[in-house]
Amino acid sequence: MPGKLKVKIVAGRHLPVMDRASDLTDAFVEVKFGNTTFKTDVYLKSLNPQWNSEWFKFEVDDEDLQDEPLQITVLDHDTYSANDAIGKVYIDIDPLLYSEAATVISGWFPIYDTIHGIRGEINVVVKVDLFNDLNRFRQSSCGVKFFCTTSIPKCYRAVVIHGFVEELVVNEDPEYQWIDRIRTPRASNEARQRLISLMSGELQRKIGLKVLEMRGNAVVGYLQCFDLEGESGLVVRAIGTACTLDKLSSPAAFLPACNSPSKEMKESPFNEDPNPNPHSSGPSTPLKNQTYSFSPSKSYSRQSSSSDTDLSLTPKTGTGSGSAGKEGGPLKALLRQQTQSALEQREFPFLTLTAFPPGLLVHVGGVVSARSVKLLDRIHNPAFVGIMGNTRSYKLLDWNSFNSDEPETRDAWWAEIRQEIKSHAKALGCHAVVGYSESTSICEEVCILSASGTAAVLNPRFLQEGTVEGSLEQRIEENLPVGCGFCHIPYDELNMPFPAHLTYCYNCRKQKVPDVLFTTIDLPTDAVVVGKGCLIQARLCRLKKKAQAEANATAISNLLPFMEYEVHTQLMNKLKLKGMNALFGLRIQITVGENMLMGLASATGVYLAALPTPGGIQIAGKTPNDGSYEQHISHMQKKINDTIAKNKELYEINPPEVSEEIIGSPIPEPRQRSRLLRSQSESSDEVTELDLSHGKKDAFVLEIDDADAMEDVHSLLTDVPPPSGFYSCNTEIMPGINNWTSEIQMFTSVRVVRLSSLNLTNQALNKNFNGLCENLLKSLYFKLRSMTPCCLCHVNFTVSLPEDELIQVTVTAVAITFDKNQALQTTKAHAEKSLQRASADNEEMLQFPLELCSDSLPSHAFPAAKEHLESASSNSGTPAAQRATSVDYSSFADRCSSWIELIKLKAQTIRRGSIKTTVTVEKASPMGDGNFRNRSAPPCASSTVGVVKMTPLSFIPGAKITKYLGIINMFFIRETTSLREEGGVSGFLHAFIAEVFAMVRAHVAALGGNAVVSYIMKQCVFMENPSKNQAQCLINVSGDAVVFVRESDLEVMSAQQPAVNCQPSCTGEVTT
Amino acid sequence: MTSELDIFVGNTTLIDEDVYRLWLDGYSVNDAVALRVRSGILEQTGATAGVLQSDTMDHYRTFHMLERLLHAPPKLLHQLIFQIPPSRQALLIERYYTFDEAFVREVLGKKLSKGTKKDLDDISTKTGITLKSCRRQFDNFKRVFKVVEEMRGSLVDNIQQHFLLSDRLARDYAAIVFFANNRFETGKKKLQYLSFGDFAFCAELMIQNWTLGAVGEAPTDPDSQMDDMDVDLDKEFLQDLKELKVLVADKDLLDLHKSLVCTVLRGKLSVFSEMETNFKNLSRGLVNVAAKLTHNKDVRDLFVDLVEKFVEPCRSDHWPLSDVRLFLTQYSVSVHSLDGFRHQVLWDRYMGTLRGCLLRLYHD
Repeated sequence: MPGKLKVKIVAGRHLPVMDRASDLTDAFVEVKFGNTTFKTDVYLKSLNPQWNSEWFKFEVDDEDLQDEPLQITVLDHDTYSANDAIGKVYIDIDPLLYSEAATVISGWFPIYDTIHGIRGEINVVVKVDLFNDLNRFRQSSCGVKFFCTTSIPKCYRAVVIHGFVEELVVNEDPEYQWIDRIRTPRASNEARQRLISLMSGELQRKIGLKVLEMRGNAVVGYLQCFDLEGESGLVVRAIGTACTLDKLSSPAAFLPACNSPSKEMKESPFNEDPNPNPHSSGPSTPLKNQTYSFSPSKSYSRQSSSSDTDLSLTPKTGTGSGSAGKEGGPLKALLRQQTQSALEQREFPFLTLTAFPPGLLVHVGGVVSARSVKLLDRIHNPAFVGIMGNTRSYKLLDWNSFNSDEPETRDAWWAEIRQEIKSHAKALGCHAVVGYSESTSICEEVCILSASGTAAVLNPRFLQEGTVEGSLEQRIEENLPVGCGFCHIPYDELNMPFPAHLTYCYNCRKQKVPDVLFTTIDLPTDAVVVGKGCLIQARLCRLKKKAQAEANATAISNLLPFMEYEVHTQLMNKLKLKGMNALFGLRIQITVGENMLMGLASATGVYLAALPTPGGIQIAGKTPNDGSYEQHISHMQKKINDTIAKNKELYEINPPEVSEEIIGSPIPEPRQRSRLLRSQSESSDEVTELDLSHGKKDAFVLEIDDADAMEDVHSLLTDVPPPSGFYSCNTEIMPGINNWTSEIQMFTSVRVVRLSSLNLTNQALNKNFNGLCENLLKSLYFKLRSMTPCCLCHVNFTVSLPEDELIQVTVTAVAITFDKNQALQTTKAHAEKSLQRASADNEEMLQFPLELCSDSLPSHAFPAAKEHLESASSNSGTPAAQRATSVDYSSFADRCSSWIELIKLKAQTIRRGSIKTTVTVEKASPMGDGNFRNRSAPPCASSTVGVVKMTPLSFIPGAKITKYLGIINMFFIRETTSLREEGGVSGFLHAFIAEVFAMVRAHVAALGGNAVVSYIMKQCVFMENPSKNQAQCLINVSGDAVVFVRESDLEVMSAQQPAVNCQPSCTGEVTT
Repeated sequence: MTSELDIFVGNTTLIDEDVYRLWLDGYSVNDAVALRVRSGILEQTGATAGVLQSDTMDHYRTFHMLERLLHAPPKLLHQLIFQIPPSRQALLIERYYTFDEAFVREVLGKKLSKGTKKDLDDISTKTGITLKSCRRQFDNFKRVFKVVEEMRGSLVDNIQQHFLLSDRLARDYAAIVFFANNRFETGKKKLQYLSFGDFAFCAELMIQNWTLGAVGEAPTDPDSQMDDMDVDLDKEFLQDLKELKVLVADKDLLDLHKSLVCTVLRGKLSVFSEMETNFKNLSRGLVNVAAKLTHNKDVRDLFVDLVEKFVEPCRSDHWPLSDVRLFLTQYSVSVHSLDGFRHQVLWDRYMGTLRGCLLRLYHD
């Protein structure tokens, strides 16, 4: 009996009228936990009852505390007939189970009914007394903290990142039970809500156990999803990253009041410990002493200390660019090996994080993804039904006792996919996958399982236990040369998995980089970016014949590779059209419907200073001698060129060009064109065309040889840029904008369109789908126009195909305002800024002026051992990011490996880029850091009482998160049999989503919080039957409840800011 | 490709003031879109008509959902479904309860009943205000009336407390409630020149001086049957007003009163001679109005009578407003010097208010 749950029902308000005669209600409340129920007195004739009940006490296992929700039912007492239910409140008491989170849940909760929606509010107080239980074989995992945030939460420090945790729980869906035919929709909905709540609790507890086994204390990047498999059941699955987190003792004490999260993240490691490495801060850096061999971290973990030390002891010999290749090779291998020891002991070396503590992310290989088409089996299991149907409160069934292979089946499916991902990562020379996520798309009995992530090389020190605190900071110093390290290829150049085109890094000139980089993670905070980023989407529809079972699955598997290929082509083209060279936050969603497949890829394009300038797009006709055709082609070409130029201006992409004489040409490689070949024809005049229009840059050739290609070109040009004052991205923060002001507006927008069933072609579909997405974006821009200048961040599109001719698109994003004037300044100074900062940070430790972009002085030593390592191995490297994107479809029946080969081949041809020997020389700008940094948080009106902010981001601009109160994970069903009366489908769903927001806010407020961060609407399943005047919707949302403090309220802190800020500016003297 | 469903839900509920106005004005979505297009918004923002349509629909849906709450504004403050900043909440409420001058002139003083509601069609046609908007305004009047009708205490305070209106708007509603309760006739042709503001001004004076609430600041016996309310005129006071009749019935008193007034005003009025000739008529008019107020019917005709008996005669003689003011002041004050007259307090309570009203009513 390790816990005592205490509940008090205080009062109700705004209750609905339940008695028509008196226009009043005789309300009472049932409080239920597990199998125990308490009741309050009936409060007669009032819509605002004051029960003021005693404390209801439940003595329960902590296992139950984790699994069960507290269930509060408000009823209307009726003397003569059955009491009418007014509605319910489910309260997840999990947040009360960790010591640091909330201590009491107290506040007004909306009373929710699945048929009527919110009907009044109830004031409840909940407390938990936990007794210590030292039972080693316990089944509970109280105390393990869960975070939806996909980075290390702001007021914590990662001591160790243990790795991937996953779990899934399966049960039968109450909606598909025989009893559903005789019970009311309300009973059925409530059974479902309750079951899912139970399953979530169980899942979380099981994951928690795994974390404890790994000796962690938290799960970061926790993502829980439901698969409504219909007749075959209901799967709740979750993935996350197990960590050992350390609460920063006084998180606000040293942190400057900064607007930009990047800054915050960058600086926090210094701030949390003002003197991070007192004994070694001076001497630990190698300086010019090339044989310096101090290991700052003697007490790394025992088992791996030898290899670690080796690493940092490595003498720095011949760091001249490219010259150290041979010596570097083995070191690189060593690094990999040693990281493997840390990570690869685990079955899946995956992290669900998308942003990392400084120094963790060493190299990024590229996107890896795997998909698999599965048939959901029908389960015939009569034993179930009886048990499930009998009792009103379901004890969660252990599926294993009924159908022993069921969860295993699902587990096996995922294991298979993860294995693939792992092997893809390996092929890219990476031992880990970051920004990892999994998803499903289900239509009838076909299910597409997808997983994707970014292959990466990680710094092993974060992944092992026993790492000394100081060493983490030390590692940062070593690891952040100039914010380009992560771009450097992780694979062996001589042994590339795929032919690729590499150049020397345009930033450090020492390492090889690919020409384009695709990733699923957020832009690393130290990355040097030119200009601003933008949202890039590829959209695609493919018709599919209606088919049953295996035939259907086969058809889908056959279509998938084409889709993947097309999506990549589109992304590539659009990226080039924007004049950018890297994608972050890439998320490709393939949705399956009855008669079509939809593909939607979203990512944020940026121009990474470290990567080569992207070439333009060339259009080539198939009949070069036809005059009028030529004219048409050249017209198109002009349009494309104009668009590129316009985009470059729009996104302020003007990378500093340095003539080749200064730099020299490090890689004397012949320039190559990259081509996208639609046909095999090669027209001879392309070469000259190319040189004429694009000078020395490589180009991307689109050959127009059929209507399809024409269509593609058109669709390329139909994407209209956002109106002035608007930017959009699907990552946490917008590259190039740092000066957020405090106004935020999170929103969800849903659209469902019906396609005319007549003569549906792929083209018509594509056009419709494109139009749908574009219009949706336009509507958002219009709606939010009063917020300009602002940026839509974390734009998250979800596509589903609820019926034959229906397409549903759901968008959740947050609009954040920023200061335009400062933005201008920032953009100009930005590149210099990050460079300077990086250098300055190093310099601080080094106490000698550091030279960046040191091509003219190639022998100049870079301070960090890591950097040294990298340059050493610079000659070994391999292919470009997404070129290696493995597309793999293990279908139940046939694997289309031949297609994979084809795609890979095609992908290679896309990205043969030329070498441009330009260095991004960054001059110290006169306005410098001081100017840039001295911006202060804008005076923001103190937030009004009761306001709860919601945001999909992990931070709140202009504010400091001081406490995490626990995870919010809520599942709601709403149903109506009077659709017209509720304003039709739009009215119904609008009201429901507003109610969901309200319930989330109420729970957060009751926990004592004032915001939800990392908010996500994971599911919004909408079904309608207008002819019956019915509709039903299921919504699943999650996020982290937090307490934040406005920076303007942290006066003391801002007073300290200048001290912190002036450091970089006074040291930032960059020489060339 | 047709849009089946199209919604936008913000964590903070977006309120577009322009669309709100169009909604309040009772325009259909299509009309509102057309009006917005005409305002040039498409050119300013580069949006398409489709976007505008979707946006307008969305706002209309939101307003429709908010309307239920606006009927009881305190609910809007405490509800959890829509997160709206307080300043926006105030704006929503204030605008919702704001009425059109043209409309209020049509229903002012009418019984707020179903019968009147049926006339809204005509009012709509006459004023050019959409029927929907007329309904909203009428329902607002009626709702406020119903809530505060039986309430004790200050009318304005009650309205403010239950509808969270600004002071200005609450005063206007007090006037509307007061007029509706006492059914003052305001629709006669003679009264058409008067604005709602004129009536509201008079209503306020009357509420302050002629109602039960006006007598005792602190009611001596709160449980007494006597209503301590601002909405009803003080019946006793109206009864007593009969006593004033002596001022015109007693010929000596009337002559004395006239001579007192003339003595003081001689040379001070540009219309002295007109005043002198008309004094008895004017005085009879004013006193008779007072004496008749015992009958409900005559109470209703108060403003008609005032205009007929006083405003019109003066106006036909082209009295300047300053002369009217001087005359009325002297007319009231001189009564204090009438030895035979014993109802000084009553006279002041009556004349003080009436003087204010008349000055306000005296314009073209």
